[in-house]
Amino acid sequence: MQALVIVAHGSHLNPDSSAPTHDHADTVRAVGGFDEVAVGFWKEEPSLREVLRTVESEEVYVVPLFISEGYFTEEVIPRELRLGGWDPADWESDGLSADSATYVAEDTGQTVHYCGPVGTHEAMTDVIVRRAESVTGDPDVGDGFGLAVVGHGTERNENSAKAIEYHADRVREMDRFDEVRALYMDEDPEVDDLTDFFDADDVVLVPLFIADGYHTQEDIPEDVGLCEDHTEGWDVPELVDDTRVWYAGAVGTEPLMADVVLERAVDAGADVGDALEAVQESTRVATGD
Amino acid sequence: MPDASPDADDATSGPDSGPSPEVDLSDDAFDALLSAADALAPDDELELGPSGPRLSADDDGFAVETDGGRHEGLDEDGLREVASEHATAVADWYFLDSVAGDHPPRRAFLRWLEGTDETPAGERYAALADGVVREWGQLAITVARDDRGERRYEVRHVDEGEVSLDDLERYDDPLDARRLVKFDDDGGYRPLKTAPTLPTGWVFPDLGPREVYETVETIYPATIENWHREREGDLDVSHWRETMERQTGIYGVIQTWDRGEGHEHVNWVAEACCADSQCLKRREWEYDDETDLDVDGGDGVFPCREPCSVVVSAARQWTKLEGEQSQTYEIELTPSEAEQIGAIVDAVAEGRTDEIREADVYEGANRYRARFLRAKRFGDDDPFRPVDSDGDADE
Repeated sequence: MQALVIVAHGSHLNPDSSAPTHDHADTVRAVGGFDEVAVGFWKEEPSLREVLRTVESEEVYVVPLFISEGYFTEEVIPRELRLGGWDPADWESDGLSADSATYVAEDTGQTVHYCGPVGTHEAMTDVIVRRAESVTGDPDVGDGFGLAVVGHGTERNENSAKAIEYHADRVREMDRFDEVRALYMDEDPEVDDLTDFFDADDVVLVPLFIADGYHTQEDIPEDVGLCEDHTEGWDVPELVDDTRVWYAGAVGTEPLMADVVLERAVDAGADVGDALEAVQESTRVATGD
Repeated sequence: MPDASPDADDATSGPDSGPSPEVDLSDDAFDALLSAADALAPDDELELGPSGPRLSADDDGFAVETDGGRHEGLDEDGLREVASEHATAVADWYFLDSVAGDHPPRRAFLRWLEGTDETPAGERYAALADGVVREWGQLAITVARDDRGERRYEVRHVDEGEVSLDDLERYDDPLDARRLVKFDDDGGYRPLKTAPTLPTGWVFPDLGPREVYETVETIYPATIENWHREREGDLDVSHWRETMERQTGIYGVIQTWDRGEGHEHVNWVAEACCADSQCLKRREWEYDDETDLDVDGGDGVFPCREPCSVVVSAARQWTKLEGEQSQTYEIELTPSEAEQIGAIVDAVAEGRTDEIREADVYEGANRYRARFLRAKRFGDDDPFRPVDSDGDADE
């Protein structure tokens, strides 16, 4: 038997934090490919400490639902999962290229294929584009539109900015949107000045976050000028300095994220049959809502 | 409904799980028995329960030995006939061996639900006809059998044992429980799944053995695995000291709270967070391997094997707060005001503030009483004036 275990941060305070994790687990369950699909959290239950014992399978693929490599993927998750002999160097990563490494969990004896985070997988670029399609309701969105990918800056983790630049570059190379920018919350170029960076009349703003919470529902909307106060809400699109801003909310809530989760496991050697195609099909964007 | 204890029901068909007319042999159970019999080595015996029939096979056919005698040289039809006479034992063996599956925690849990270890099959089957109820945290789990010995399970809130099914919202998919238990009955988010605030108003009326396991594990994650490990004697308890020494990042500071000056501070943490009134797990972790805490760990069915993330987060805040030195304050209070402050702390600590009626000014923690106290005593120069996290007095 083989299991997929999606691990994420979760929250003691925000009930929506774990929602994308559960949603993507459900998507993968629905298409098959794994005998078991479980989720584990740093701040919720089952905890990272105990999630492996909730699956029967001897072969476990662990995919972190995190945006970038860093403290959580390199230190917290392997420690809490008790991955014997874990060494971040095993990933041989430059900060973006972690794929997978295999260990034995010390408490359960299971073989654990520990994967890199979803946020740095190349398939994540497609999720960002899909997010733009979802929020505009246009599967062909691009012409006449700018796209801003927004994340934390380097203040807490230099790999965070790397991931944002990586995907912004890849979207730019698609030559689909008129302009593509990587913007940050706590360093230049800052998302506060969003409209200064674009000539396009329409800009899609995609925050590279896993779940909606304080940053995506309070900080960014206020900083960008979508609203004076987040409690007032905002329209999509919202007019800011004569630019129509299509605010997408956390990219991690996009259903296609389930595809990235699966890609990570497949890259690590999981045999999932035709589950990848099934997920890509089942999460395809609606043509308007 | 009867309890699963051995003396709960004396309507029994005999402790040896012998002939039991109320159970019909199902084809599935017999097919499984036949496969198992075919796979027997010449010297092997298949025992259907502790004192049940014993099955063997040799060149002459199948043999079944019971307290009542021995049947030899049986062909398939002969075996079916004997098996039908001992349908309860066969159904029980089939359920416990095949249907319950290989996963040891699930097997153990399903057996525990119906009291397999302490109640002989015949007696158990009589009780299961009406349904046997076990409690797991705030869950009431009922297992009942049909006339072929197949089990069905019902899961509901323990306080709603007598509520009619028609008055509860019915669910079939174990994963629906995720959404159900996310908020308490007042709409508050439940970050701790084993807090005794399980909402009411729902029921999973008809679950199979795997589904009941999955439902319970969704409502109380990993509790069955840890309960099973404890029963097997290999629960991996991680005590306070080792758990806090493991912490890094913003939680690394908690280690500094242990100063080799005793464990009173951890007593306070456990009393604050881990009492049964706050969490239904039974705390098995102590200060360290050699030093037990002085407060009660609770009476829950399932164990708590280490300080959880809620405790760790709170401990970080207490570590910071407890870094402050005590000071002597001089304040003037009437005896009733001093008592009132105690009443307010009590009401908040016990989560009773919502129960205190708006006009019940006889309660110290009543809102008007508290506002009066604040107006009179909590002026600019008073020590109780709230300060924000930067240390500035709140405006």
